[in-house]
Amino acid sequence: MEISNLFFIIISAIFINNFVLVRFLGLCPYIGVSKKLDSALGMGMAVIFVMTMASVFTWLINHFFLSPETGIFGYDLTFLRTIAFILSIAVLVQFVEMVIRKSAPELYKALGIYLPLITTNCAVLGVSILNITENYNFIEAIVNGISSGLGFTLVLLLMAGIRERLERAEVPKALQGMPIAFIVAGCMALAFLGFSGLKF
Amino acid sequence: MITSALIVLGGLGIIFGIGLAIASRIFHVDVDPKIEKIEECLPGANCGACGYAGCSQYAESIVKDNEEIDLCAPGGDEVIAKIAKIMGKKAGKKEPQIALIKCQSGGNDNTKFKYKNKGIKSCQAAMELDGGHNVCEYGCLGFNDCVDACHFYAIEVDENNMRYVDPEKCTGCGNCVEACPKDLIELIPISKKVNILCMSHDKGGVAKKSCGNETACIGCSICAKKCPVDAISMEDKLAVIDYSKCVVCGICAEACPTGAIVDKIEKRPQPIIKEDDCIGCTICAKKCPVEAIEGEVKKPHKIDEEKCIKCGICLDVCPKDAIVPKEE
Repeated sequence: MEISNLFFIIISAIFINNFVLVRFLGLCPYIGVSKKLDSALGMGMAVIFVMTMASVFTWLINHFFLSPETGIFGYDLTFLRTIAFILSIAVLVQFVEMVIRKSAPELYKALGIYLPLITTNCAVLGVSILNITENYNFIEAIVNGISSGLGFTLVLLLMAGIRERLERAEVPKALQGMPIAFIVAGCMALAFLGFSGLKF
Repeated sequence: MITSALIVLGGLGIIFGIGLAIASRIFHVDVDPKIEKIEECLPGANCGACGYAGCSQYAESIVKDNEEIDLCAPGGDEVIAKIAKIMGKKAGKKEPQIALIKCQSGGNDNTKFKYKNKGIKSCQAAMELDGGHNVCEYGCLGFNDCVDACHFYAIEVDENNMRYVDPEKCTGCGNCVEACPKDLIELIPISKKVNILCMSHDKGGVAKKSCGNETACIGCSICAKKCPVDAISMEDKLAVIDYSKCVVCGICAEACPTGAIVDKIEKRPQPIIKEDDCIGCTICAKKCPVEAIEGEVKKPHKIDEEKCIKCGICLDVCPKDAIVPKEE
């Protein structure tokens, strides 16, 4: 039961409820960082990393402070969720950036500018809030965080691959650049809609 | 409930704030102030001509890895001088580099085609159709990927679709070198005006037949034998100039039977030594690549016009300006 449940969360987060193409979260990096494959990969890795960390951290905050049943105050403080989560995600990313810069300069160079970029990304906040509204337990929340990041990376890489080829294609002048990217994104979203029929 | 909300959020804020403050002390990374200063001097174009991802990486490696300070092509001497001041190094003047397109074919009327390519007008894409539409598999495809790659509009296309590098505009950044799928473009020092404009490794007959301009290098190695300073070597049926040795005398261009070597200097004057000014320092005799200058120390020297190749090196090295072009 437990394992199959986790499997369902993974498939759901990567394909059925893909963050970018179905939930329409994190569209900014999706369009902005999908021009080249290697920078898309860097961004994807950073998102996986931050989403997982944020899932862990925000779940704990919700469990011990905000939730009426398990919180140490006993009050229903769920209305503080958004602001508390944003605060903790920002702090978390800052902290992680410092640690990485000191302990693993190579990794810091690879993730580079992407780490601070996604500090306030709505996809990261989204995964934290979804963990709570879906009533996931701690393990489920972590799995959901990782696989949401994987889903994001998958779509970002697909998009980057397509856009690298679009560079060479003869696109009508009016559609060159961003417009054709938006059309491609729309087509991809339609394709991912096909996954929504999956049942287990 | 309000108090607990205050406690939770305020508490979290205070804890996080203090935590970050402590962490920033613990995990503090010292950044050399020199790096920041150098970064300010660099043009900030992140063009990659230095071989690093961007200006800040280059600045970092100047300070940390003792990298050469003269790699910034767009910045030129001005930036080198500034960096030299920061680093306390001496600014050697670096000869600027320029892109050289090593193919004389590629126009509309001087290319032989295998097939008509009506596809995407991009050399990169054309490469994927059986290595391009040219009979010569080394030659220029003529779809102007290099022109598009140039940030400085330095590659011009004439009415016959031939490409020329404008030496005034070219900064030697090397973007076109990367863009050319046939690897036809090379960065060379700007003063080296005698160039082999062919990249064909084909056998002589094949190379000549497939070249639409009939100026292919046929690998005869006459130039290599004639070169007075051994600057030309044969690499798999293609003559290649070592520009660190080349004295730009133009002998190879004259000797080349196909016209693959082009000499852009129109006329070389015969140098002569003014006996009154010559102090006999022997510098010119030492520098002459063909030993055409003779003379004893502290006595006026003489140039043997039979041996002289008119490379002009002696004109530059003479400390007294006693060597001048012969007036005709």
